[in-house]
Amino acid sequence: MAEQRERYQAGVMPYAQMGYWDPDYEPLDTDVIALFRITPQDGVDPVEAAAAVAGESSTATWTVVWTDRLTACDRYRAKAYRVEPVPGAPGQYFSYIAYDIDLFEEGSIANLTASIIGNVFGFKPLKALRLEDMRIPVAYLKTFQGPPTGIVVERERLDKFGRPLLGATTKPKLGLSSKNYGRVVYEALKGGLDFVKDDENINSQPFMHWRDRFLYCMEAVNKAAAATGEVKGHYLNVTAATMEDMYERADFAKKLGSCIVMIDLVIGYTAIQSMGKWARRNDMILHLHRAGHGTYTRQKTHGVSFRVIAKWMRMAGVDHIHAGTVVGKLEGDPNVIKGIYSTCRDSFTHKNLEQGVFFDQDWAGLRKVMPVASGGIHAGQMHQLITYLGEDVVLQFGGGTIGHPQGIQAGATANRVALETMIKARNEGRDIWNEGPEILAAAARWCAPLRAALETWKDVTFNYQSTDTADFVPTATVV
Amino acid sequence: MRITQGTFSFLPDLTDEEIRAQIDYAIEQGWAIGVEYTDDPHPRNFYWEMWGNPQFDLHNSAGVMREVLACREKHRNLYVRVIAFDSTRGFETTRLSFIVNRPAEEPGFLLKRHEVEGRHIQYTLESYATQAPAGRRYE
Repeated sequence: MAEQRERYQAGVMPYAQMGYWDPDYEPLDTDVIALFRITPQDGVDPVEAAAAVAGESSTATWTVVWTDRLTACDRYRAKAYRVEPVPGAPGQYFSYIAYDIDLFEEGSIANLTASIIGNVFGFKPLKALRLEDMRIPVAYLKTFQGPPTGIVVERERLDKFGRPLLGATTKPKLGLSSKNYGRVVYEALKGGLDFVKDDENINSQPFMHWRDRFLYCMEAVNKAAAATGEVKGHYLNVTAATMEDMYERADFAKKLGSCIVMIDLVIGYTAIQSMGKWARRNDMILHLHRAGHGTYTRQKTHGVSFRVIAKWMRMAGVDHIHAGTVVGKLEGDPNVIKGIYSTCRDSFTHKNLEQGVFFDQDWAGLRKVMPVASGGIHAGQMHQLITYLGEDVVLQFGGGTIGHPQGIQAGATANRVALETMIKARNEGRDIWNEGPEILAAAARWCAPLRAALETWKDVTFNYQSTDTADFVPTATVV
Repeated sequence: MRITQGTFSFLPDLTDEEIRAQIDYAIEQGWAIGVEYTDDPHPRNFYWEMWGNPQFDLHNSAGVMREVLACREKHRNLYVRVIAFDSTRGFETTRLSFIVNRPAEEPGFLLKRHEVEGRHIQYTLESYATQAPAGRRYE
C-alpha cells in the first residue's frame, strides 16, 4: 500500500519507474509488439527513452495522474521489455515494446497508428525515432478484412498464371488529352502488357477530366482484349478530394466494366480501408500507389520503415502495392526489398534480421498483396528482376515500353517476349542469373522489338548506395 | 490473329521437347497436371473441357505427354492447354497454364459496342468461332 501511495504522489517520475519498463515481461501471444529504433538526446538513458516511447504511445502523460488508479492501468501500460544497441550505429538502440490487445479498436488502422505513431515521433528527449517492424497478433489480424481480391483470386479472374504480370504507366504522366491518353493504353495492351496504369497525380485536371479518361481508357481496354483474347485492365485512379468523389469515380469505373481501380497512399488510412471494403463489395482489384511514402520511409534513423507500411496496407485491404525493384531508379536494397515482398506475399513470414524482419508473423489467412515493381526498369534486366522478385509481382515498364524506338506496341512486345523467354528458361532449369543476357540475345534474334530494346537500354543501370539497408549484414545495392 | 492466353503465347509454338520440359518443371514442384481443350477461347471462358482428370503424384512426364498427344490428335483443330495445380495452403490454384495446340485459323473476337445513355458504351466480346454451332466450329 505504501508503495502504491508513493507511486501515485503528484509530480514527475521517470517513465521507467512508472511501469513502462519491464525487462522481465514475457509478451503474450495476443500482444501487439513494436520495434523502434531510438536515438536518445545526449545524456538520456536509452532505457528511460524506451520507457518514454512506451508511455507516450500508450497511457502516459508527462506527470503522474491519480486517475490511473480508476483503471486496470498495469494492463494498459505498454511495456518496453528489451533495449539493445544497433550494431554498428553508436547512439542508436532497438527497443521492443509490447501493447495489450485491448488498447486497439478492432479493424482500424487509424486507431492502431494513432497509438503507435501518434505522439511519440516529436518527443523532445529523442533526437530521432523510427518504427522498424511490428508483430500483429492473429487475434487482432482476424478483425481486418485484408486484400479485397488477393494474388490468387486476381490471377484466377485475369486467367494469367506462371509468370509476373506486366504493366506500364502512361507517359507523359500529365498533359495528355483523354483521347491521346487512351491511345497509349491501347497500344501497350495490344502489344502484350496485361495492365496500363494512371500515375499517382492523374486525377481530374484541366487537360483531362476523369470521366473522359475513364471512357477512352475502357475503349482501349476492350479493343485490346478483342485483339488478343486476353483479359486486360487499366488502373483507373479514383483518388479525389473527398470520399464521395472517390466513390462516384469508382462506381463509374465499375459501370464501365473495369476490373481494377487505383488509389494513392496520400488519401490516408481510413479512406484506404473504405476503398478496400468498396472493392470487396464490387469485385474490383484495388491498386495502391505509395505516393508520399519516401518522406518518412527512406531515412534509417527517423520515420516508419516501408515494411511496416506494407504490413498495415495488407491489413487495411489493398491488392497491389508498389514495393521496390532493386535494380530500378528508386530506393531499394535487395535484402530490405525481400523483407517487404515477404510481408506482402507470405502466409507465414519468418523472422529474418538480414532482411529487416524482426518477428515471425502468422498472417492468419489474410489474402496476399501483389507487389508492384516500377521505376526505371527495362527488358534487359529481366533475369535480375525474376531472380530478385519472383513470379507473383507486377513488373511495370513505363519508359521501357513507351520510349521504345519502334513504338509502344513494339515496346510492350519486347517486354512480354523477354518475360516469357526468361520464365521458360528458368523452368527448363537454366541458370538465368548468369545466362540471362545470352537467353535474351537468343530471343532477340527472332524478335526484332526485343533486339531494339536491348540495344537502346543496354547500359542503363542505377547503381547508387541504398539509404534504407538492414542493420545485421552490411550490403550494397548490386546491379 | 493469335490468341495470347497462357504463359508462353508470345513465343514460337512449343515443340514436344519444350512441352515435356515444362511438365517436368511442374512435376518437380509437386503440382498436379491436367489437359484441357475448347472450341471457345473467350477470355472469360474459364472452364475448358477436361481431357480426363488431372494427374496427381507424378514421377515423370511420360504419362502426361501421352495425354497431351492423344488430346491433340483427337482435337487437332481446337485449343489445347496444359494446366498445373498447386494444392499448397496460400495457393490452392493454377500455377502454370500454357497452350499446346491451336486451330490453323484463329478467327478471333468481335467487339460489340452497345451505346447507352451519355457517352457510355457497354462492351461485349464474342468469339467468331462460337457463331457456328458446337461441333461445326473451326471446320
